[in-house]
Amino acid sequence: MSYISLSDKDKKEMLERAGAASPEDFFCGIPEHIRLGRRLDVPDGLTEPELLAFMESLAAKSDYGRCLSFLGAGAYRHVIPTVVEALSSRGEFLTPYTPYQPEVSQGTLQAIFEYQTLICQLTGMDIANASLYDGASAAAEAVLMADRLNGRTRVVLPLSLHPQYRRVIETYTRHTDLELVEAGYGDDGRLDLKDLESKIDDRTTAVLCQSPNYFGVVEDLKTVARLARARKALSVAVVAEGVSLGLLEAPGRLGADIAAGEGQSFGLPLGFGGPYLGFLACARDFMRQLPGRLSGMAEDAEGRRGFVLTLSTREQHIRREKATSNICTNQAWCALRATIFLETMGHDGLRELAAQNGQKARYALETLSALPGVTARFSGPVFHEFVLRLPKSWKAVDEALRGKDILGGVGLEKDFPELRDCVLVNVTEAHSRRDIDRLASSLREVLR
Amino acid sequence: MKREPLIFEVSDKGKRAFRLPKLDVPCGQDPWRGYSLRESIEGFPQVSEIEVVRHFTRLSQWNHAVDIGFYPLGSCTMKYNPKVNERVAAFPGFAGVHPLAPEEYAQGCLEVLKRTEELLGEITGMDAFTLQPAAGAHGELVGMMLIRAALADRGDPRRVVLIPDSAHGTNPSSAHLCGYRVQEIKSDGSGRVDMAGLEKAMTSEVAALMVTNPNTLGVFETDIRKIAAVVHSRGGFLYMDGANMNALCGVCRPGDMDVDVIHLNLHKTFSTPHGGGGPGGGPVGVKNVLEPYLPGPKVDRRDGRLVLVADLPKSIGRVRSFHGNFLVVVKALAYILSLGAEGLKEMSEVAVLNANYIRKSLEGLFHLKYQTPTLHECVFSDKFQKEHGISNLDIAKRLIDYGVHPPTMSFPLIVPGALMIEPTETEPRRELDVFIEAMKAIAREAKESPELLKSAPHASPVRRLNETAAARNPVLRWTEDMTEPSRE
Repeated sequence: MSYISLSDKDKKEMLERAGAASPEDFFCGIPEHIRLGRRLDVPDGLTEPELLAFMESLAAKSDYGRCLSFLGAGAYRHVIPTVVEALSSRGEFLTPYTPYQPEVSQGTLQAIFEYQTLICQLTGMDIANASLYDGASAAAEAVLMADRLNGRTRVVLPLSLHPQYRRVIETYTRHTDLELVEAGYGDDGRLDLKDLESKIDDRTTAVLCQSPNYFGVVEDLKTVARLARARKALSVAVVAEGVSLGLLEAPGRLGADIAAGEGQSFGLPLGFGGPYLGFLACARDFMRQLPGRLSGMAEDAEGRRGFVLTLSTREQHIRREKATSNICTNQAWCALRATIFLETMGHDGLRELAAQNGQKARYALETLSALPGVTARFSGPVFHEFVLRLPKSWKAVDEALRGKDILGGVGLEKDFPELRDCVLVNVTEAHSRRDIDRLASSLREVLR
Repeated sequence: MKREPLIFEVSDKGKRAFRLPKLDVPCGQDPWRGYSLRESIEGFPQVSEIEVVRHFTRLSQWNHAVDIGFYPLGSCTMKYNPKVNERVAAFPGFAGVHPLAPEEYAQGCLEVLKRTEELLGEITGMDAFTLQPAAGAHGELVGMMLIRAALADRGDPRRVVLIPDSAHGTNPSSAHLCGYRVQEIKSDGSGRVDMAGLEKAMTSEVAALMVTNPNTLGVFETDIRKIAAVVHSRGGFLYMDGANMNALCGVCRPGDMDVDVIHLNLHKTFSTPHGGGGPGGGPVGVKNVLEPYLPGPKVDRRDGRLVLVADLPKSIGRVRSFHGNFLVVVKALAYILSLGAEGLKEMSEVAVLNANYIRKSLEGLFHLKYQTPTLHECVFSDKFQKEHGISNLDIAKRLIDYGVHPPTMSFPLIVPGALMIEPTETEPRRELDVFIEAMKAIAREAKESPELLKSAPHASPVRRLNETAAARNPVLRWTEDMTEPSRE
């Protein structure tokens, strides 16, 4: 199927007007010795029914949908209200470019302005950008931003930070003078504050703290921010699960200077990892160092309110190598979906959503840790994810559960060798009590 | 003129647009012990479902989009985004799969990744691809990191990256982010890389040359192999920005031009929707020499199954969580399979035909700084109209009144007052003619009634917006003390 719109007559007349005998003529500037000179080795084109059949056959090769899954670790299955799909799939939202021409982009620009406001309200920050690629790269951009703000040399990363976020930060900082320093975790699963305090000094650029952390445990952001501030380091709150902000105190109110996180839970499907939505918010003082696009309020020639992309002197298309970041295309449509999701959920809906996640996880934790030999690995308060310690290695248990079409959680051994017998279990509002009970009874059988 | 309030301005306590099923587990005693709880989310909206639906439906009507009309934004390749690709990406076997699903539960998703890597390899002539980068600039950063890692391995770290003065702004920015000093290379009179300048600049301190081909003027770098030879002879790498790959598919391949690294933009050449600024996809292709450094994990075939290989000792590491913008990749794969070999070639041929049709139709009316033949786009300027005090911005704003999205104006920097026009292959001739007639009318108006252009647009939801004032005193969010402007 080709999507060309020209008739043969069009082609003929247009070639004539352009002064060419055939399309070949246009390519005369390409030397013969680098021409392909053969047909691409790509299969013949497919019609729509053929394409659908083929792609359906590919999709059917993934058995994941058959399973009852408790996988989380930075990607979560949540309810997506019907209006999110219905409105975001409108071609007027799906098929424009970045809103460089504000007069014909007010829809996108106002939606981004609302998105920025919602992120500020959730994080308790003054300003937020229009989106970044994902939570991990948002955390990396937060680190680079902190570096520009105070020019120090060390960044403290807790071990309880999502391992993939850590790796992305490592990649992004490899060519800077920043040194990454680790801080451990305690038996409650929270940052070991004594260890943390010993790692912060006058060289510290920023202290990152993910809450709820990779183990699902809610951190004491307030104390972490205080320890950072005592040495004039910046505190960066990392939020890998946006829904938690419906219930937990906003990082900005707990003293965090920058909040970076992942908004996948706001109306984006799991999608085997993307597209997701990175958010970045901060105090107003840091505005000039914030990377990424910003929608700002403006007035038109008749004094009416409108919105424009603003403060673009921070950006690559104006400042080139002196820009705050190289980001150009971001995740605007994902931010639009998040905006529709959050406005549909509304204040009470988001609070209820967060509360149900917490309640169900609590029920699951209590039920599962009552099984013989199974305990909660950490004593700290959790949101909707928790680590269980099992009487056998997770690998063996996982295999047996898979035999019952259950994916019980994410094993931790690869990233945390000391947690070989542990598993990270996620429960959201999308799990019913029956689902949780099924996991419990299956686990009981497997461990017997 | 219609106004649409901010959602916060129609919010009222207690309104709901969505309800969850009742909690089906027992409430624990004191369930939030140990939390720092918030009492409310201050200012968060409360509206009904129809309010949400009308709000976004009205807002959508204020956007120009490919689905509405011509969008000749140069170097952005605003082609038609096939609807069937959206349907395919929504299949539960793609959209519903968790990124940490064990390999044996995600074979279909892994096959999408593997097949796309292989097809992109054939289309570009590169040996290996990573699909992890989330956008073009992200791909550029990866490309630079690969080069830096390879040079470090050789014990020959270098400090400089050469970039032609016609380049997109992300090129210098990405190189800088990777720790390189950027040195500009001048273009010659044809708009191409100046070979003498390159010879001189290409020292043993230069890690790479980043070149866009065809470049942002739409001009093919005819000497690309000589360029590669100069770069390689001094131990550097040739990076190609593939933003303009829409001009070359089935005709020639970067791999055959001795390019070492390339990034593609799935949201340009491969039809995935731009979504008002993203998500994109920025696959990076490399020659064998750079493959060991690609981000991981990578998909591999083993005993008839697809597996993820994470043990890559030389890899630069991750640049994004999980597997990149996977559903964007699904759409790009669907597009490649729809077009097939013949369709891909026709795509590039017609993209180039459409661009040359426009160029020929407007030559003489608008200034063309470089007379060199062009491929998929052409760059005019406002030089003739400047005589009447009219800038490219005025021309752009007036085009809006004719129902057309303006061309790119922010670059290339070597053409002052640029109007970079890229029609793409999917435009019907009728739309091209509407645009050509509009441009002709504007050229007339510039002479006869310049005020009409300076005060444009006249037919848009808002008139020209004061961007300078907005940047001087930035208002970046709604606050409760804001008053809603009165409705007219």
